[in-house]
Amino acid sequence: MRKYLLITVALALFSFRASAQSFLENSQVNGSFQTDAQYYVLDKGIGIDDLLGKKMGINGFGKVNYTNGNFSAGVRFEAFLPEMNGFRSELKGVGLANFFATYDNGFIGMTVGDIYDQFGCGFVFRTYEEWSLGMDNALRGARVVIRPTKGVTLKGLYGRQRYYWAPYLERDFNDDDTRGIVRGVDAEWDLNQSIPALNDSKFRMSLGGSFVSKKQYDMSIFYYIPENVGAAAGRLNLGYGNWSFSTEYAYKINDPSAINNFIYKEGQALMASLSYSQKGFGAVLQVKRVDNMSFKSMYTGKQNDLDINFIPPINYTHTHSLPSMYTYSTQPNGEMAAQLQVNYTIPKGTALGGKYGTKLAFNMSQVNDIVRDSVMDNGRMVISRPGSLGYTSRFFAVSNHRFFRDINFEIDKRISKDWHITAQYINLYYDIETIEGHAGAPVVKANIGFLDLTYKINKKQSLRLELQGLWENEVHAGYEYEESEKKDYQKRGDWAFALLEYTITPHWSFSIADKWNYGNPVEEYRDHYFTGTVSYIHEATRIMLSAGRQSEGVVCVGGVCRTVPASSGVTLTVSTSF
Amino acid sequence: MKKLMTLLLMALMVTGLQAQNKSDLPNVTLKDLNGKDVNLSKLSNNGNPIVLTFWATWCSPCIKEHSALNDVYQDWQDETGVKIYAVSIDDSRSTARVKPMVEGKGWEFEVLLDVNSDLKRAMNVSNPPHTFLIDGNGKIVWYHTGYVEGGEEDLYEEILKIAKKK
Repeated sequence: MRKYLLITVALALFSFRASAQSFLENSQVNGSFQTDAQYYVLDKGIGIDDLLGKKMGINGFGKVNYTNGNFSAGVRFEAFLPEMNGFRSELKGVGLANFFATYDNGFIGMTVGDIYDQFGCGFVFRTYEEWSLGMDNALRGARVVIRPTKGVTLKGLYGRQRYYWAPYLERDFNDDDTRGIVRGVDAEWDLNQSIPALNDSKFRMSLGGSFVSKKQYDMSIFYYIPENVGAAAGRLNLGYGNWSFSTEYAYKINDPSAINNFIYKEGQALMASLSYSQKGFGAVLQVKRVDNMSFKSMYTGKQNDLDINFIPPINYTHTHSLPSMYTYSTQPNGEMAAQLQVNYTIPKGTALGGKYGTKLAFNMSQVNDIVRDSVMDNGRMVISRPGSLGYTSRFFAVSNHRFFRDINFEIDKRISKDWHITAQYINLYYDIETIEGHAGAPVVKANIGFLDLTYKINKKQSLRLELQGLWENEVHAGYEYEESEKKDYQKRGDWAFALLEYTITPHWSFSIADKWNYGNPVEEYRDHYFTGTVSYIHEATRIMLSAGRQSEGVVCVGGVCRTVPASSGVTLTVSTSF
Repeated sequence: MKKLMTLLLMALMVTGLQAQNKSDLPNVTLKDLNGKDVNLSKLSNNGNPIVLTFWATWCSPCIKEHSALNDVYQDWQDETGVKIYAVSIDDSRSTARVKPMVEGKGWEFEVLLDVNSDLKRAMNVSNPPHTFLIDGNGKIVWYHTGYVEGGEEDLYEEILKIAKKK
């Protein structure tokens, strides 16, 4: 070892001498820091009558990357002292959460440390990090990427996934930590880049395939857990002129887990999309089928813990306060989904287009359950019984059980140099019992409207008014509810929302907002959520202070969006990058 | 194993030191809307400024920013030769919607897809919109997070500063 070390050092010194100047010239350091802090207060009005010993929550991270030509390395430090409300309590702690080193010269790329990567759309493998959700399933291990010829990419990786602050031992005998090892390979071939004749062709084609397996330990006393579980996926992208088509199919062998209730059925997923676009017009139709496709490196994992794969929900992502209260999340055990999105711009200079053109958008998405038929297990016909083969499912059959539907229409128009308007109508169907697990809660059927009006006072100052309303069709005020039923009606019924924002570019933004559950069927739940916010932006530094009540959802202030959990008190966010 | 790692790392550093790369933009390859690879460190605009904006289909301030930029883009190009690259950080939930949205809204700039946030991570972007201005030598000369009405005017002042220097 010492001999190798000496040789390396000698080589390093030699090369350092040779390139000391370029070393200094080329090396780059960049990074980012963010701290989100919340101070909580008691607020009986919205049901916070006990802080449970938690007056403050602080989430912070600091990240530094070093880059020098083909080499890069980075570390990320995280501190949750303790975690803010709405984040998983396992996050509490301080430490070096993430580090990596990469060398990539275009032909070969190697990474050791914490890896974020994705195969295809993520059906069999995706590791990523989302700070605002406290989500990080990085793979700690090694990865090799080889590009043998133009248009061909081969990848191989292995490692163990991050599970909050649990140590990355080969195996520890903690009952809660049965994490396995994840290994995967992926190949992608882009015909247009590898075949010179197709370089500038109107016809485009690429193919890909991946195989991922987990090695886990059977610690169960009730079930026989397979120690190796493999999943494979294939994908195809085709395009001709303005048309494109892409599809991906994945198959996973039996993988009993807490999520699928320990059934021994194989999993499948299919997604396909067809789109057409030209200047001023774009449309996409997407379909998806998911059947028993939860894939975690720990079979006892719940929620989003240790997901190896990612099954994308394909519905429209709402970010305004009221519509984002009911955001759909993928049901990995089974769903049939479809989406249609159309964007059209009425050209400038026409009667309806006016001076600036009028932008229209239509989106419709729906998700239903798959159909499950019973299977024979120990002489009895059963469905989804733990320890059995689970069920059989006809591939193209759609259940009558609807999980979600969203039909929305948007108009976006600059009326004059100073006035800009965006308006949207949304018709929503949301099976709260399935999606959020609120047993017994009635389905949400709502009409939602919003209006966003911006007025430019002068070159530096502007005003923005946002008005939103949510009207539930079948839950009305005035009905006498039993004491035991009441809890099902928290946050239900009709809502109104108003926000007024005053901005001075490029630094300041001031806003006040009120969200009011005026039509809640239970009188004591008719709460106001009033907030005031000040934000200051300087280059890539943002300081934001807000006070008041915050209900769950996505909030956009000063032009930046993030998701926030319910609370009452003061929130301070400081973030910067360099 | 550990020894091997150390050796490997050191070897990598040695080779790393010898590399030549002048751009401030990281060595990350993204796909454009036609599936073509674009390496950010090799991005150039014949010595003219480049604007890199991070956005997503679900980010309404980003869409406002792009609509505003699109209205003035032709003028800006004529006056300064600037080129705008809009980097979508949409993941596989919404990548299929990116192209129809860009075309449907009639945006004229180049769009790149950062499906697994590789560039977002490498450039330390926390929340969209986040805008970088890169001069003709590949140096990042200005950046800004967030967008409010009129924000494009500040960007243009910065573009004019470096466009004049040529």
